[in-house]
Amino acid sequence: MTTISDPPSESFRLSMLLNDTRYRSMTFQFIALILLAGAIGFLGWNLMRNLALLGQDISYEFLGEPSGYDINQKPIEYTSQSTHMRATIIGVLNTLIVAFLGCITATILGVTAGVLRLSKNWIIRKLMMVYVEAFRNVPVLIWILIIFFVMTAALPPPSAFRGDDPDSSMLFGAFAFTNRGIYIPRPIWEAGSGIVVGVFIASVIAVFAYRRYTTKLLYDTGKLLPRGWPSLAILFIPTLLVYFIMGQPISLDLPALRGFNFQGGTQIRGSLIALWFALAIYTGAFIAENVRAGIQAVSHGQTEAAASLGMRPGRIMNLVVLPQALRIVIPPVISQYLNLTKNSSLAIAVGYMDLTGTLGGITLNQTGRAIECILLLMLFYLAISLTISAVMNVYNSRMQLKER
Amino acid sequence: MSDTHAQSVGFVQKTQIPPSPPPAAETGAFKWMRENLFSSTANAIMTILGILAIYWFASFSLPWLLNGVWDAENLSQCREILDGTSGACFAVIAERWNQLIFGFQYPSEEYWRPFLAFLLLLVAAAPVLFSKLPRKMLIFTGLYPFIAFFLIWGGSIWVPVFALLGFVAGYFAFKKLEKQSFAMGFFGGVIAAFAFWWVSGFITPDLSRIIPIDLPAVPSRDMGGFMLNLILGTVCISLSLPIGILLALGRRSQMPLIKWICVIFIEFIRGVPLITLLFVANVVLAYFLPPGTTFDLILRVIIMITMFASAYIAEVIRGGLAALPKGQYEAADSLGLDYAQAMRLIILPQALKISIPGIVNVAVGLFKDTTLVSVISMFDMVGMIRGPILASTDWNGVYWELFLFAALLFFVVCYGISQYSQWLERQLNTGHSR
Repeated sequence: MTTISDPPSESFRLSMLLNDTRYRSMTFQFIALILLAGAIGFLGWNLMRNLALLGQDISYEFLGEPSGYDINQKPIEYTSQSTHMRATIIGVLNTLIVAFLGCITATILGVTAGVLRLSKNWIIRKLMMVYVEAFRNVPVLIWILIIFFVMTAALPPPSAFRGDDPDSSMLFGAFAFTNRGIYIPRPIWEAGSGIVVGVFIASVIAVFAYRRYTTKLLYDTGKLLPRGWPSLAILFIPTLLVYFIMGQPISLDLPALRGFNFQGGTQIRGSLIALWFALAIYTGAFIAENVRAGIQAVSHGQTEAAASLGMRPGRIMNLVVLPQALRIVIPPVISQYLNLTKNSSLAIAVGYMDLTGTLGGITLNQTGRAIECILLLMLFYLAISLTISAVMNVYNSRMQLKER
Repeated sequence: MSDTHAQSVGFVQKTQIPPSPPPAAETGAFKWMRENLFSSTANAIMTILGILAIYWFASFSLPWLLNGVWDAENLSQCREILDGTSGACFAVIAERWNQLIFGFQYPSEEYWRPFLAFLLLLVAAAPVLFSKLPRKMLIFTGLYPFIAFFLIWGGSIWVPVFALLGFVAGYFAFKKLEKQSFAMGFFGGVIAAFAFWWVSGFITPDLSRIIPIDLPAVPSRDMGGFMLNLILGTVCISLSLPIGILLALGRRSQMPLIKWICVIFIEFIRGVPLITLLFVANVVLAYFLPPGTTFDLILRVIIMITMFASAYIAEVIRGGLAALPKGQYEAADSLGLDYAQAMRLIILPQALKISIPGIVNVAVGLFKDTTLVSVISMFDMVGMIRGPILASTDWNGVYWELFLFAALLFFVVCYGISQYSQWLERQLNTGHSR
């Protein structure tokens, strides 16, 4: 039996708004638009009424007013008479300082631990596993606080370094570990030091040029020049020569105990150390997992193929496995850097004056401008993370395997 | 053959010579050590360094741990007992146990309630975690949020009961309207539930006066300790899963408006640290609510952490959706399934399965991040340690014991979750592994 169904009537019915796929997406978007506009309107209306009730307004003029508070770690000139704007900039710099230090340390720790987790040595393998699991499964805030309390409560006060037979002594006569922070020597740049630095930079460039040249020579002629010791020689010999020819223009300002505290040198505060080490160790555990996963993701056939070509294990790792693993490892590692930068906002728990401590902490409390401060704070972190993800997208598209 | 050997008897071995034992260097522990610890000079050096490191670590941590004092009233008494020897002062954990777990304001005669809620949580989570358990237990899981709310916050029983009935009403409305279309059923269900709650708002006060079944109410600002971490972690993860799925679907939607709302929400939340969102909950959110509304801090924090977690979960699930072969989508379309059916029956079960490791990572990370609420002066476990306990004259200076205890609790939970997820991955691995 055949039935001919009625041709669909073209007349528009209201239920088609919900049941017909042609119109349904319009309906949904319209509902979403109304809800969104309603929500924004509701929040905006409430904001206006609340501000009117409290007699406040939204303005950024407070950034130009004197801040009236002191900051203990200032990479640029700052006094309590400086503006809130300047305090904010110091906060940004301090955030970047701890993020930069943390990223470098975390990379070193993470790559080492990740490679060692695949080591043939049972003890080393298990030790690294303990490190990774212990740090990945405990909140970073707890580690920051533990290291901070160790720095402030377990290390000796500067007075312990005084006297003929002190309780504590400086390491190599140059490093002092006290509960007020760690004092390290500070380089003093005298006239002519610019030339030394310039020569050093030139040697770094020369090392890269030399390594490129050897690679090219290897590919063109098959001749393999040594690379390890010439690189080291290029890196250090010219700089050292210039350094002594110029009459040692760079000297060190050593910290020394004067009065109740250490003078001279550079003081690294306990809060910076706590934040830096805790973030680095914590993020390092994650990076170790990424590195391990990346190396394991390179198919075993690659290693076997390289071995059957007669390559030695070290070369297999350097020329075959690592370049492929790096493609897999780098994107997650960059997002770990991003996490580290965002986690550095925990500085407020130990009193390190990063952006959250200045703009989101003292400035906010003194001026009472909560909306403006937190908006600026969020925009800063947002800008950093969008920049990094843009860089990462470019990298990913460049490194993507070119398949058919 | 020549006859030269005609008289000689050929030697034929009749029995098998018993195998001689392998050389001593190739058996048992010795072989294992040679292969795993001393395979080369570099390896041997690393082994020795490793053993030295372990010895160095054990030489000061073991006496400290084993010599621990469990029974003392304050730090000075503890130091007297130790008498100069190295030893931990675990007495602080014993003495402040209740504070560490429940916070310092939760009424002590009501401790059984959160404890019972925790035990029931294990029962409620079991059928979700282990699919071999009877499916009927899922009914209890559905009821659990209301039971837990009643146990922990107390108050009249009618509030959670009506909240539950609202969901039931919504479900029936959904079932009734689902035949027309999924969207119709969904909106119908939501409207029915909200209508029910609105009506029940008028009945509840009278009903609780007529039939008073209630527990003493505990305001949320009295919650604290590890209990607060567990509440925040459980509530926010369970809420953020469905929201995260919706956001992920929204981000892959064909509708530009919905897509862009989701993209902006996800990227914004992922771009800022959780701590700024907690600041928002603490000081800014009040500006955006009608004047005079007071809205307790724990709820504001739950909203913010849920938003935070759902953005991350959305990205994980989006990865799972993108990883599915296109053929699955096309197959669903060619079967004539509509969007909701295709998603529910074909796409999401597979995509969620792929996303399990990522979701677990987010869950573990979120649970660890609940300690951040101590920064906005809520007294979770870390907040309790930093605030009332370390500041008290009795225990000023026992940070190692306290922080290691906190670290241990978090480690047990987080490590347990990640081990579970690895087990689950093996269970769900229905593909043919080589």
